Amino acid sequence: MIPAIVVFIYLAAVLYIGIFAFRRSTHRNEAEDYFLANRSLGVFVFLLSLFGTNMTAFALLGSSGHAFANGIVTYGLMASSSALIVPLSLFLIGTRMWALGKRYGFMTPVQMFRDRWQCSHIGTVITVVQAALLVPYIIIGVMGGGTTMNAISGGRIPYWFGGAIVALVVMSYVFFGGMRGTAWVNTFQTILFLLFGAIALGVIGAGMGGFSKAVSELASSPATAALLTRERVSTLYFFSYTFIPLSSINFPHMIIFCLTAERMQHFKKTVVLYPICMLAIWLPAVFLGVAANRAVEVPAIQAKLEARRTLATQSATLSPDQKIELRRTAAGDDVLVRLLEFYAPLWLAGLLGAGIMAAVMASDSQILALSTMFTEDIFAFYEGKAKFGEAAQVHTGRIFVIVLTVIAYVIALRWPQSIFDLAVQFAFSGYSALMPLLVGALFWKRSTRWGALACTLWAAAAVIAVAVFQSVVPAPAPGTETGWGSLFGQHIISRTPAGTAVLGLLPVVPMTIISALLMIVVSMLTTKPDETTIRRYFQK
Amino acid sequence: MKRSVLVLLVVALYLLHQDVWFWRVARPFIFGFLPVGLFYHVCFTLAVSLLMWLLVRQAWPAHLEAPDKSQEDRKP
Repeated sequence: MIPAIVVFIYLAAVLYIGIFAFRRSTHRNEAEDYFLANRSLGVFVFLLSLFGTNMTAFALLGSSGHAFANGIVTYGLMASSSALIVPLSLFLIGTRMWALGKRYGFMTPVQMFRDRWQCSHIGTVITVVQAALLVPYIIIGVMGGGTTMNAISGGRIPYWFGGAIVALVVMSYVFFGGMRGTAWVNTFQTILFLLFGAIALGVIGAGMGGFSKAVSELASSPATAALLTRERVSTLYFFSYTFIPLSSINFPHMIIFCLTAERMQHFKKTVVLYPICMLAIWLPAVFLGVAANRAVEVPAIQAKLEARRTLATQSATLSPDQKIELRRTAAGDDVLVRLLEFYAPLWLAGLLGAGIMAAVMASDSQILALSTMFTEDIFAFYEGKAKFGEAAQVHTGRIFVIVLTVIAYVIALRWPQSIFDLAVQFAFSGYSALMPLLVGALFWKRSTRWGALACTLWAAAAVIAVAVFQSVVPAPAPGTETGWGSLFGQHIISRTPAGTAVLGLLPVVPMTIISALLMIVVSMLTTKPDETTIRRYFQK
Repeated sequence: MKRSVLVLLVVALYLLHQDVWFWRVARPFIFGFLPVGLFYHVCFTLAVSLLMWLLVRQAWPAHLEAPDKSQEDRKP
């Protein structure tokens, strides 16, 4: 129970930070203050909170679970590619969005699109698609809170109660503190993340008797040697994954965060240090996930390894229900928690549990982003602000935060997590396919609203098509695939155990390329915005 | 430094991410425990940070910080 108590103290600290931010605010009824912290974040808070905003529970729990099953490839797939693409996007796109926000008062990307392409309802379509892709994240965040509280308390705190506590805490500090509270909490959480990696590595390494022995044993066993290489994934799959981090800057919470910096200079340290932060969090998480395959003295991990062995050797004789149960047991998302439970002293397990909770609670900025989009792109745009005033707009934003959190909580109680895990996977591809919107608006004078609409509708349709395909065609057995058609020695489209492939690539590659082509072709066929608008965006 | 050189460096680093040469190799273990493929990507991450430092030094879009004189008070 001690770890659960430490986590409760952590939640109280987070709540206090949010409410303290509310008390520090001198313009509580002004939209720019509530939604963007008055564009006043300093360099340290901007770096850490922006990084924290982009790190979800997956960075700690999911990455170690993925590495537990797939090996060191997880780092190259998800961390080092993001370490290049995300800061580059911040450098090229984030700085430009910041400048336009400062100059013209934009608070959401859609406000910029509406102005840049002189469109109104097309902007609403973009808002709706962006929001639909973001909602599953918020639900996953609530679910993660329930699951983690349940695991940390040894089952004493039920899932529904743990989820309710986490949802209530997040809702409260977003409600009171707005962007300022969210940024401060994210800063605090990122510091915890960074400490977590180093401490967990030291404690678990000491507990396992050093990593050299564990790695040598992994290398000498035929069943685990592949975990130390990348042979479990194809080179095409590895290449495809570099398209996924394109989604990052397109997430509304990320691009809105870019507007909160006090000065553009703050991006400098963020861009340079972002890869180092990625390294500090992902390397321990991935390495510990791989090393967990030798932690056979941990009963829960031993059970996972047994389940994996049974699935590999007796798959033909197992019933579908048995396979589902074995896959659930073998899943590695909780390996870090299990390692800490076994190797760390109770008080330290509590502190590290708080670090895990910090990762799980990353849905705060997503809730605030949706609230900002609703109040700015819908409420204010359709005359709500003009009729009822700015204070009513901020109140609407706060009410939206409550309504959204309650809906997410109710859904989290009633629907299985697997659905939302899948939806989040699709969301990454969807946001990557929306990349031509920002690139077109900021770098291509000839881009038009119709090109933007084509690109948005394509992204939405492609996400739905892949989701339907994967629900209609069952996943084949591990190591096999069901394919249709053939080109360049690859199936044109195939159902793989992990998802879908197009010419051996992840769907995100054709989705993004076709989206860019649509932006180009449709823009060339339609009338460009007037010269005055173009001059405002492309002045020297 | 010329902008084209910086663009080439970015492209080169993107290509270096696809390190097929360490695909099926685990040894040597750097520091006794880090598989060489993982160590390569650690070095890659540090190289990215260095490249970002270079971009910030050589290609910082300082012109964006200047206010737009013609439309300064324009709001959406």
